[in-house]
Amino acid sequence: ETYNLGRAALPAEMKAWTVEVFPDGKNLPEGSGSVEDGENLFADKCAACHGDFAEGVDNWPKLAGGADTLARKDPVKTVGSYFPYLSTVWDYAHRSMPFGDAQTMTVDETYAIVAYILYSNDLVDDDFVLSKENFLDVKMPNADGFIVDDRPETEYPLFSKAACMSDCKKDVHITMKATVLNVTPDQGGDDSAAADTAVDAPADTVVASAASEGASEEAMAQDAPAAAEEQASAAPAATEETLAADPALVAAGEKVFKKCKACHQVGEKAKNRVGPVLNGLIGRQAGTVDGFKYSKSMKQHGEDGLVWNEETVQAYLADPKGYIPKNKMSFAGLKKADDVKAVLAYIESQGG
Amino acid sequence: QPDPLITEVQSWAQGWGDGVDATPYGLPIEFESDVIRRNVGWLTADVISSINFTPIHALDGTITPTGCAFERHHSGAIELKKEDYRLMINGLVDKPLVFTYEDLERFPRENRTYFLECAANSGMEWAGAQLNGAQFTQGMIHNMQYSGIPLRTLLEEAGITNLGDQIKDKWVYVEGADASSNGRSIPLEKALDDCLVAIKANGEALRKEHGYPVRLVVPGWEGNMWVKWLRRIEVTDEAVQSREETSKYTDTLADGTSRKWTWVMDAKSVVTSPSPQMPIKHGKGPLVITGMAWSGRGAITKVDVSIDGGANWQEARLAEPGVDKAMSRFYLDIDWDGSEMFLQSRATDATGYVQPTKDALRAIRGENSVYHNNGIQTWWVKENGESENVEVSS
Repeated sequence: ETYNLGRAALPAEMKAWTVEVFPDGKNLPEGSGSVEDGENLFADKCAACHGDFAEGVDNWPKLAGGADTLARKDPVKTVGSYFPYLSTVWDYAHRSMPFGDAQTMTVDETYAIVAYILYSNDLVDDDFVLSKENFLDVKMPNADGFIVDDRPETEYPLFSKAACMSDCKKDVHITMKATVLNVTPDQGGDDSAAADTAVDAPADTVVASAASEGASEEAMAQDAPAAAEEQASAAPAATEETLAADPALVAAGEKVFKKCKACHQVGEKAKNRVGPVLNGLIGRQAGTVDGFKYSKSMKQHGEDGLVWNEETVQAYLADPKGYIPKNKMSFAGLKKADDVKAVLAYIESQGG
Repeated sequence: QPDPLITEVQSWAQGWGDGVDATPYGLPIEFESDVIRRNVGWLTADVISSINFTPIHALDGTITPTGCAFERHHSGAIELKKEDYRLMINGLVDKPLVFTYEDLERFPRENRTYFLECAANSGMEWAGAQLNGAQFTQGMIHNMQYSGIPLRTLLEEAGITNLGDQIKDKWVYVEGADASSNGRSIPLEKALDDCLVAIKANGEALRKEHGYPVRLVVPGWEGNMWVKWLRRIEVTDEAVQSREETSKYTDTLADGTSRKWTWVMDAKSVVTSPSPQMPIKHGKGPLVITGMAWSGRGAITKVDVSIDGGANWQEARLAEPGVDKAMSRFYLDIDWDGSEMFLQSRATDATGYVQPTKDALRAIRGENSVYHNNGIQTWWVKENGESENVEVSS
């Protein structure tokens, strides 16, 4: 029984959306790209999060390294050490990257960036050119590293026996406490538990760890959470409101700022992250925040007299790559003047 | 002493409260403002691609209130209007189709309650006790009632009769409309079995953070497969081996090989109160121990609770009979003598599977597995009523 609902999908529509690439190369478009081109593209589009050498910045995913670490404690899972298929890398890069500006890379750019990622994993030489033709020739080190879920054989029989109800064990003693690590977020309010733990355990047992994206595996490993000061820096900074700020505009700006805060921090505890801190933005010469590694282009614009004010920020955010070619900011921009106005009001209210 | 709250006239007994137009769509009263989703800042690089946690410690019953049900996105929660929504079904079907939201509303639909658990729930606890609170240790979960169209209905509308007996070997590739697209491959058999294309949750439109206007429901299977902002379903010959099914959501064993396609979420439970965020404040005497249990392989049939770290167990009371692939609420009402407890719960599902200890899982999977941790949780409840997340000897 059918309901005769919907309409036929048109060929152009199916072509636009059917872009996933399969392990056997199905759907891979014609094209090619070199390691050399990939290096420049990677620096431009990827390095802000993944590092110049694909080594990963902060908690963003590492794409290179980790060879032969899968069987040891805290394995490092990268394209080179973990991904079983190259198609996965091409597919994800082309479809979902750069973060915040997805689906903007051409086919050849994608080949080049994937070639560079292979190079950064020592899987190809520096003169390598990746193309549709040689795509399947690339050997992925962990290609044979996966088995299909075997819980039905290895676990279910073991765990499907009648459960013990009494005298199941002789000795019960604590083998590990969460308070030793002291990484539970502060929950505010009158909840005493979180506050107590801070007294119990100095946070000296933990070290910051660059971990992979998402519900990060490395951060989940028990010895890997970030240091206490890292946590503090992630908390929103409490700052004084600027007297003149229009609260409605600031509130609107806070919403717009969500698009910025993946890379930029502002406020009392702000640190340079993927992008420079935005404190003192208005009136600042471009490319001059201490400790931030700017592109040559951004520095040059500053030295040539570019100072950030509403007008210049507006022009920059309307077309980041057009206004300052080859700058590092991988962001599509804010097209609406009202959004820029609001976000600047917010930045100023936070100490910017 | 007479209680002045009783003997004196209180302001709320004298004047007016809010009018009916004060909150056209309500939020919890201000006194409950601590019952909120929380983020663990150090877990991820950025809140745009991150996860937060349901305040399960403070909830009761089985349905998760939508406004505090955990979120996980890979490229932020997008705003997609119903008018702009399109769902394509293509690939190995007789006639590839495009549906609008209004089209979907015209298909016969069903109401089903299911839990959704992130594969990474309790992942931080795999190598040892780490976070203090049921919210953080087991809070990547929610349980909602979905109104939706069986995926089978939509696939049949596009025509799959040509596949005949090949259905067992085929897949559907599902993807979202957001920048991450979060594509996943699902065996066609599962798609035809119980998956839903949901347009409502808990009676209302899906929230933005849960995939408005349309999300996929994949009962009993890891949350990452429940694609939000669902825009395309393609019937394919093989799995795509996308980022989310190879580089993520795979389980690395001690010898360095990794399990893939570990879709099912096995039986699990947790005591939600008392727990680190829910200290006992009333001292000894009657105490309600409560928690929740769920299994991706069927209904919960039994939950046992231990107050001595697993040496002895008592069968808890299920608030209602277990529902297939949905959450159950359990209670154990005790007379607490004020001494310390090592509180644990242990779920059994319709297949007879009994929730194992973390040690038992680690003995098989090693210390690097992270995802799919359904091991038993222990709360050390102290004499002062406060609790800590601990592990105990097995």
